[in-house]
Amino acid sequence: MGTAAALLALWLAAWWALRRLAALPARGGRQWLAPALFGLAVLASWEIAVVGWDVPRVLLPAPSAVGEALQARWHVLWPDFRQTAFAVVAGFAIGSGAGLLMALLADRFGLVKRGLLPLANLAGAVPIIGIAPIMVMWFGFDWQSKAAVAAVVTFFPMLVNALAGLDAVDAMHRDLMRTYAAGHAATLFKLRLPGALPFVFNALKINSTLALIAAIVAEFFGSPIVGLGFRISAEVARMNVDVVWAAIALAALAGSAFYGLIALVERGLTFWHPSYRR
Amino acid sequence: MRELQEPAREAPVAPAAPAAPTQAQPAVVARGLSLVFQTADTPVTALSEVDLTIARGEFVSFIGPSGCGKTTLMRVIADLEHPTAGSIQVNGVSPSQARLARAYGYVFQAAALYPWRNVLRNVMLPLEIIGLPAEERRARAERQLALVGLDGFEKKYPWQLSGGMQQRVSIARALALEPELLLMDEPFGALDEITRDHLNEQLLRLWEQTGKTVIFVTHSISEAVFLSNRIVVMSPRPGRIIEVIENDLPAGRQLDVRESPRFAAVAQRVRAALRAGHSYD
Amino acid sequence: MTEVALPAPPRGAPWQVALGRAWHHGAPVALMVALIVLAWYALAVALNAPQVSERLDGLGQPWGWRELAAGAWAMERPVLPAPHQIALNWWASVFATEIDSPRSLVFHAGVTLTATLLGFALGMLLGVLIAIGVVHSQVLDRALLPWIIASQTIPILAIAPMVVVVLGSLGYPPLASKAVISMYLCFFPVAVGMVKGLRSPDPLQLDLMRTYSAGAGQVLWKLRLPAAVPFLFASAKVAIATSLVGAIVGELPTGAQAGLGARLLSGSYFGQTIQIWSALLMAALLGVALVVAVGLVEKLVLRLMGARA
Repeated sequence: MGTAAALLALWLAAWWALRRLAALPARGGRQWLAPALFGLAVLASWEIAVVGWDVPRVLLPAPSAVGEALQARWHVLWPDFRQTAFAVVAGFAIGSGAGLLMALLADRFGLVKRGLLPLANLAGAVPIIGIAPIMVMWFGFDWQSKAAVAAVVTFFPMLVNALAGLDAVDAMHRDLMRTYAAGHAATLFKLRLPGALPFVFNALKINSTLALIAAIVAEFFGSPIVGLGFRISAEVARMNVDVVWAAIALAALAGSAFYGLIALVERGLTFWHPSYRR
Repeated sequence: MRELQEPAREAPVAPAAPAAPTQAQPAVVARGLSLVFQTADTPVTALSEVDLTIARGEFVSFIGPSGCGKTTLMRVIADLEHPTAGSIQVNGVSPSQARLARAYGYVFQAAALYPWRNVLRNVMLPLEIIGLPAEERRARAERQLALVGLDGFEKKYPWQLSGGMQQRVSIARALALEPELLLMDEPFGALDEITRDHLNEQLLRLWEQTGKTVIFVTHSISEAVFLSNRIVVMSPRPGRIIEVIENDLPAGRQLDVRESPRFAAVAQRVRAALRAGHSYD
Repeated sequence: MTEVALPAPPRGAPWQVALGRAWHHGAPVALMVALIVLAWYALAVALNAPQVSERLDGLGQPWGWRELAAGAWAMERPVLPAPHQIALNWWASVFATEIDSPRSLVFHAGVTLTATLLGFALGMLLGVLIAIGVVHSQVLDRALLPWIIASQTIPILAIAPMVVVVLGSLGYPPLASKAVISMYLCFFPVAVGMVKGLRSPDPLQLDLMRTYSAGAGQVLWKLRLPAAVPFLFASAKVAIATSLVGAIVGELPTGAQAGLGARLLSGSYFGQTIQIWSALLMAALLGVALVVAVGLVEKLVLRLMGARA
């Protein structure tokens, strides 16, 4: 019962501290104090619960055990990470790039847009990730098949969002361009593309997560002996649970870092958007 | 449509009158202009048999209630709408050719500035489109900003400026191509009265300084009387001109002219014309 | 005299206008689909050519394009099956097979569908509860919401194998682990969408509630929840599609025997490409049907709430 008491005490203290932190004005980095404390409290209670209640390692290892495994098997996990990361970035770039180009094409030719947009919206309901076994069959076991899956998965969100962004232009701005007798290219580059950037970044953020998921799931279907997804499925079969959690933690960190990087670039390029002004 | 001629009572005192236009060719000539919109249920006659001549260097206001066609008429002049009947010439050519020749600057009801460009780059936008070299773009933009009194604000972004200042940037941008014709669609309608007064005064001084032709759409009687030397009163259903009123207030007006009995007299005539056009029904 | 840029107004009777609009929007889609099908047939020839040409060479008779194409579109284990092959296999697996047979796509779709719907329901519930908590507690808003957003940057499908193993060893059926995975995937769009929706009422309307001294519960029930309904359905459409993905992926790690994901897996193990594509087609149809179903429920609910059609 000592564990239960410890957990209760921890959370009472954490809640008291969180109430004070949550009341702080959200400026200058202080808004990160509350979630940081919350995360630490979760980690601490995880550790206490696993150790105190003697939870079998197979079921749920303590954070300390995961950290140990991360350190001990780093020489294996790092090449895994590199392999997966390469596929993710390649697929992300190809899929998002192709989606953007297709959006520009559809924007220029109304026929393409009217034909493609309904199909692209439909693709959002389809579990595209299912093409993973086919991509493995076509492109082999190496990173290319994983990148292919990631590319197809990221193509559609970018297409739909970029088109929405290109369409989201004020009638007044369109009239203004007309009074300047500006051609399609000038209107595109000076008005519609900058205006579409927030939508494009929305898609890029969604795609960062999707590409990582796609690559890892594709690795479930077949991989050479390296890759985070492969590592997870292989070590699960061998019941090396803490290595699995270490790989998961690594994937989680990678995913958050990728997303955070894109959000940072977004802030730099779309600083003017109203959503950044409180 | 009738043109009212008021007999001159005395020779107006005119300090610093703008230079008389050297060309005789009028800025805008409309004859029997009509525009019927096809909507889902019934066609809407936005403009019906409009006859109007606007000479160069004039300041003309279009005034009337909503639906009277004043904005539509200006949009036809700007080639943003196509008439369904009648003829219209801008600077002696069709509106489309005038637009392609960049003969006018348009100021909308909202500033419509690009939030991702600073003030200077917003004013430079039309100059980029016509392909002027960078240095000349910069010089011209800075000149226009000084003209509207915003020199020193070049690096600011639109959201950092007040509504009135944003509209001034919009006016500077409209002047950037140095057009002969300035089309302004209720530019100060969204601003508070104090800012509006200030901007009215600035606009008048600007007009006197540059001698451009200004067509100004408004729904404020006092604004129309203060700014223009001709007031075109319009009425809805169908959109048409009721009366064109010559405004004989002297040039070089200051804000306090609005207290004068002559001002009130002109405003009364405008009100009477609006009433005659059933604008108050 | 003037260049074209302004749209032409519609002319004619309402039925003519409607027909014209249907043609304007429907014809390009039909054209695009036709082009895709044609390209598919061509690609099938291109990708299957190596194997087909080898076989035809072995027959000893001269062959040309016709034989190549016919062969490419009728292989047993093609690199890329032709559309009609997929359609026929799908038809056979759905209508010509006993429903409880392991070869019936209806059976597999049913297994996956159960997990999808269960995960979707749990995810919606979790999402709505989290949203209500976030909107009413400043602590949860500041401390929890950033983590919820961060949770989406974590590839949760990486945890799928773990969840399957843990719940399996605790004695839960595979349905439970798939539902948990689906629930995790779909609670996020619901939570984020509902937070937006619960916060969407105009400040003026909230002030009005204050003048009535309405309690938080009453404001929630009478104002916030009704205002949040459009947001709920928008996120529900995203959530149900994601839930389907979660259910399918949940079938992969431990080599499940039943479900569309299992069918994909066994197809890839045994090189049965037509089977894979057929299962994919089923999954796609299922996904579309689910999203359309949510859309229909949405229309019904909005009509009951008196919204404009």
